[in-house]
Amino acid sequence: MNIRSLISLCVACVLALASASARAQDLRQAAKDLGDTARVEAAVDVITQSKDPAALALLQALSDDTLRLDTAGTPFVAGEGNALSAVFGGAGKPAGALTTPLVDNRLRRQLEPALASFKLAFPDPKVRLAAAKDLAKSRNDELAPLIRAAAAKERDPEIKRAFGLALAQIDLNGSDKQLKLAALAAVTAAADGSFKPDLERMTGSASAKPSETDADVRKAALSALQAVNSRIMLISFVGNLFYGLSLGSVLLLCALGLAITFGLLRVINMAHGELLMIGAYSTYAVQRFFSSYFPTHQDWYLPVAVPVAFVATAGIGMALERSVIRFLYGRPLETLLATWGISLILIQTVRLIFGAQNVAVANPSYLAGGIEVMPGFVLTYSRLAVIVFASAVTTFVWFMLQKTPLGLHVRAVTQNREMAAGMGIATRRVDVWTFGIGSGVAGLGGVALSQLGNVGPELGQQYIVDSFMVVVLGGVGKLAGTLAGAFGLGLLNKLLEPAAGAVLGKIAILGLIILFIQRRPQGIFALKGRAAEAM
Amino acid sequence: MNVKAELLRLMPRKGWIGFGAAAFAFFLIPILNSVTPPGSAVHVPDYLVALIGKFLCFAIVAVAMDLLWGYTGILSLGHGVFFALGGYAMGMYLMLSIGEAGVYRSKLPDFMVFLDWKELPWFWKPFDNFGFALVAALAVPGLLAYVFGFLAFRSRIRGVYFSIITQAFTYALMLLFFRNETGVGGNNGLTNFKSLYGYQLAESSTKLGLYTLTAVGLLVVFLLCRFIVVSKAGRVLCAIRDEESRSRFAGYNPTSYKLFVYTLSAVICGFAGALYVPQVGIINPSEFQPSSSIEMAIWVAVGGRASLLGGVLGAFVVNGAKSWFTVALPEAWLYILGVLFIAVTLFFPGGLASLILRKKAAT
Repeated sequence: MNIRSLISLCVACVLALASASARAQDLRQAAKDLGDTARVEAAVDVITQSKDPAALALLQALSDDTLRLDTAGTPFVAGEGNALSAVFGGAGKPAGALTTPLVDNRLRRQLEPALASFKLAFPDPKVRLAAAKDLAKSRNDELAPLIRAAAAKERDPEIKRAFGLALAQIDLNGSDKQLKLAALAAVTAAADGSFKPDLERMTGSASAKPSETDADVRKAALSALQAVNSRIMLISFVGNLFYGLSLGSVLLLCALGLAITFGLLRVINMAHGELLMIGAYSTYAVQRFFSSYFPTHQDWYLPVAVPVAFVATAGIGMALERSVIRFLYGRPLETLLATWGISLILIQTVRLIFGAQNVAVANPSYLAGGIEVMPGFVLTYSRLAVIVFASAVTTFVWFMLQKTPLGLHVRAVTQNREMAAGMGIATRRVDVWTFGIGSGVAGLGGVALSQLGNVGPELGQQYIVDSFMVVVLGGVGKLAGTLAGAFGLGLLNKLLEPAAGAVLGKIAILGLIILFIQRRPQGIFALKGRAAEAM
Repeated sequence: MNVKAELLRLMPRKGWIGFGAAAFAFFLIPILNSVTPPGSAVHVPDYLVALIGKFLCFAIVAVAMDLLWGYTGILSLGHGVFFALGGYAMGMYLMLSIGEAGVYRSKLPDFMVFLDWKELPWFWKPFDNFGFALVAALAVPGLLAYVFGFLAFRSRIRGVYFSIITQAFTYALMLLFFRNETGVGGNNGLTNFKSLYGYQLAESSTKLGLYTLTAVGLLVVFLLCRFIVVSKAGRVLCAIRDEESRSRFAGYNPTSYKLFVYTLSAVICGFAGALYVPQVGIINPSEFQPSSSIEMAIWVAVGGRASLLGGVLGAFVVNGAKSWFTVALPEAWLYILGVLFIAVTLFFPGGLASLILRKKAAT
């Protein structure tokens, strides 16, 4: 590098600095001029020329009618309520009364392309992307050249695609054949659902004639429409799959405890749904406790609610076993009725304590929102959490059944009660503990349900029929059966729903279950040998 | 054939005396009401006639449930389906017999006008014939029960499995009938009936007539079930209840016996439903709720299983208590019902009938 070039570099730097400060001066002056109807158009031009971030804020505020000028001509942006923020930074207080610059239609026509071109060339890619999406919605023909120019310069592939779609929105309604074909190519590649009405209009339908006269374009539009439709189908399929998985997880949590107690004791606990409901109300109570005593740690209520719900419902379950159900062993139909009576009492008690109205359990902040996996499809965190939670609970139950001494005893009693008793297992004690754990798992299901919807005294009734069906479908004595039954039923439910509607889907499923047990009366994973005969 | 011996085989002498006393008690109301003027001390008011008429319908259901559960050991938690279907068949006839006297002065039932339907759906058309409606009230529940029972009993679904599947069955039908598209009034069901076979439903004489018809119906159903119970087939039913496998090995086919009893009890429930609707004046999907069907079981449990008299007693006692408590102490009713379920199963398996008949409880 020689000395001359060094000097010229220094000069350039100085000039650049000087021009930057000059530009900032111009910007302030232009902002002041925005209040003057005679000079406002020139001022907008000046602001548009400067590439300052503050200029964007100025133009945006002007366009949104949120720009305020004080008597010194210092610009402010009016926010929510009476909040004012100074455009050029600093904690400047407005001097004197505020005025709102007048924006008439002529100015608006000037402002819109100015704002668009400014955003389209903005250094921050997020702003450019948002601008492209806005432009796709507004479909302003006059901005087409601007977008085209910006698209040619754009490097970021995602933003380039967004520009292409914004252009396509405009070009599809234009008259140039080449532009239309290019636009359709972009639409086919992106398969964006928002183009569906346009494409349907262009290709026509049984009742309407195609609006497009050119055969080539119509053909391209048709293939674009197919691409869009298949994407929409894919999204709804993936969405239903996800909902099916989350419904399956809920059913799993509901049916797990039921399957354990039914497998062990051969009794159906009709109050099982109410244990779910009590689990959900325990969550509500813990949340209320946190909001009155630890309002700053509100989000922590959920992890605390899990053991609370488990202990509460397990306690109730064990009390029920000791006080009612153990007297009815060997009389399964009577147990059905007695536990139904218990469920009525539990419902009425909860109604008297918490009121007959539904109560709302708020999601903690870390479960609010979701991830957008595809345009138009969001995986909500609360449903994801339910799936994860159900897997964790299932693992816990599996571990309990397979790896602990209690689990060994439970399995032994499930297979052959007399033989187990003969081997010295205290079957009655196993019954109590198993009933407690089964009920506790129902309480955990209640915690999960509280995160998905409202909590009311009749909550358990909504799920009990479905959980029974899971047990019927999955058979008893095998965790895998319950797992397969729950997810089979959940997925089937959600995948049938779009085709048949929610109600007909449910009826179809009941029909399928009845047909299914024609072939396999003992469920999907039937026990073999003597254990099967004991049923 | 010795008529007297046959009758005594059906019921012992004491039973016939009780039967006669009950019949006399049932018919006392229409006799009193037709000889005394309204307002007299022994003239039974209309609302009470309708209420007792309702109880009589429930008693018919309870007898059918008892035949199925008490004698055959099948606990159906979905018998509300058949009751409601019988009721809907009658309700559809009553709806069409309103004619153009509805709110919208249209030939179509009001709810169809409200839904902007232009034409009567095909399955509604034959229901303007009273005879067809009566046949449908019996045949639709019967056919449905036959198909459902055939599939269930054939694959040897029994015990609690059968109970929870019938519960899912009534639950699914409840959802179906709640839909407007099903075409029977959706959520609101069928109501605002005016006349039955030319008689105005609002008139006392019609109410009295329906009441008498229901009482006769109960007595006939009772005798019919009694006839089945004491017959040879009745013995087989009890054998199936007590030892299904053993009776199968003894050469009887439990499937067809169960299917017969299940279908018959469904037809009886449909009959009761058809009598119930003109007296109550409404039929809606809440009859399909699983809880309604379970309550039918508690009538039988309270009255005493395996004694048809028990069903009748239970239906009257439980529903009488319900009518009184839901007015006087609405919060307490669910507790009482819940305690009733538990107490009867734990401490009182013989039910009320065991107090009268001094019979050992069936298990």
